[in-house]
Amino acid sequence: MHETLILVVGLAAVLTTASLVAGILSWRAPKPLSSTLVNLNQRINAWWVMVVAITVAFFFGRSGMTILFALISFAALREFVTLTHSRRSDHWVLLGMFGLIIPFQYWLVWTAWYGLFTIFIPVYCFLLMPAITALHGDTERFLERVSAQQWAVMISVYCVSHVPALLTLDVPGFEGRNLLLVAFLIITVQGSDVLQYIFGKLFGRHLMSPKVSPSKTWEGLVGGLVTSSLLGALLSFLTPFSPVQAAAVAFIACLMGFLGGLVASAIKRDQGVKDWGHLIDGHGGMMDRADSLVFAAPVFFHTVRYFWT
Amino acid sequence: MSKLGTRSFTLLQTVTSVGLSALAWAVTGVRPIWNGSQPSDRQRIYFANHASHGDFILLSACLDEKERARTHAVAAADYWGKSRLRRFIAQDMLSSVLIHRQWTDEAQNPIAIMLSVLDKGHSLIIFPEGTRNMTDAPLLPFRSGLYNLSMARPDVELIPCWIENMSRVLPKGQFVPVPLLCRVVFGAPIALAPGEERRAFLDRARQTLLALNPRPQTHDAEKSNPVFRKTSCDHKSLEHRTRSDIRHDAQRDD
Repeated sequence: MHETLILVVGLAAVLTTASLVAGILSWRAPKPLSSTLVNLNQRINAWWVMVVAITVAFFFGRSGMTILFALISFAALREFVTLTHSRRSDHWVLLGMFGLIIPFQYWLVWTAWYGLFTIFIPVYCFLLMPAITALHGDTERFLERVSAQQWAVMISVYCVSHVPALLTLDVPGFEGRNLLLVAFLIITVQGSDVLQYIFGKLFGRHLMSPKVSPSKTWEGLVGGLVTSSLLGALLSFLTPFSPVQAAAVAFIACLMGFLGGLVASAIKRDQGVKDWGHLIDGHGGMMDRADSLVFAAPVFFHTVRYFWT
Repeated sequence: MSKLGTRSFTLLQTVTSVGLSALAWAVTGVRPIWNGSQPSDRQRIYFANHASHGDFILLSACLDEKERARTHAVAAADYWGKSRLRRFIAQDMLSSVLIHRQWTDEAQNPIAIMLSVLDKGHSLIIFPEGTRNMTDAPLLPFRSGLYNLSMARPDVELIPCWIENMSRVLPKGQFVPVPLLCRVVFGAPIALAPGEERRAFLDRARQTLLALNPRPQTHDAEKSNPVFRKTSCDHKSLEHRTRSDIRHDAQRDD
């Protein structure tokens, strides 16, 4: 409880500072505000909402987290499927993705049925979904449709469900405090996004992959990764890790997060859109915010599971 | 049609409309994009592409409460009037205006019915394709209703509305919606130019609506689709139709 209090106060302090800085900037800037400032204000406001939502879920423990991330999966899957090609004959498969796969996967998380949790989607769903599509007999662009459906479920349901699944791990000497692992993962990965953005804006010279994303630079990546690893070390009091271990784990998670953002940008580029959706003011869609978490969560989960349980 | 009357919505219609709008938001996260027009008090005819029963629910979910309460969708009587249940849903719950696509009796004249609703100060939602579009073409050729209404009531604004994705959310023949993001793009009003011919006007209205699609299909479905090709070759014959021909304009099953 002690750590939780520090966390909530710390986050509130960071966001208050951000709001104050943005407020002063907006107050002194010429009116009407530039689009950058408007966007900054929107982003910070959205951060308040997201932090409050996660904090509320936090106090409801495992059920709160499971429900919150099931809803995040719903929003992310909706954005993903909207962007990809589907045909009328896919209707039942698509319905099953929302109506069966999401609830069942999160039920597995909630009941901590690890064995089925890890294979339900990659084995059973991946084999049965194309089978259902084939039974419908519509072979037009079959492989493309089937691949898009599987990747959608993989990214937005399977990967995301690894965040609340952290609550099912039995780390010796860390009983009853697993929620703090979730907080550690979210804060380092999302913090890394923000830090990479700031370092990219301040020092960014060399584009990493101009064809994929016009905003990702080497300077941003290095600066963001170094500082977020330090942030991880600072937060080691939340975790079963030593400061050095925490920095290493944070580094891996944030590197995966970076790759997630890159892949998400590539998909958006391919589909000809700038944002995944319009759910979160200033940020775009749920996937725009969660793309890094999506890649980081399974790797973080298995790192902790392998080395600490 | 007396139900519409000067009364606004009944309790059942209000509950249905609020409930369906909330449902539409929960499933599709729908939001309006006002691209050339703004919400206003002016009497309007919203005309939109049509591929799903959910279309008008989505469109009315984008209107503010006051506008929604005076806006009635025009639906086909030969489909929605078929059984007592359908009629109850269409009229008592959704406050739609039912018109006959095939009519013989002057009392069933769809234009007269729609004009009588407009004359009560209500707005309309119409789907000028005349049926749900089941082809790969983005938009079927327009039927004449839009032109006739515009001729008769030039003061009523014609607002093109592109409904995105609804055909994927609730395809024809399905009753459970798939959650996908939808947007409705409201374009600039169009008006009949002096001396503009029917077919020219309808084609222009159709092009205006098509141009609102924020994500046009990459492959040119219009050219490759045989259904579309057939109807567009019919241009000439459509052009030479007279008003009395319209009543025989009947279409497929809905």
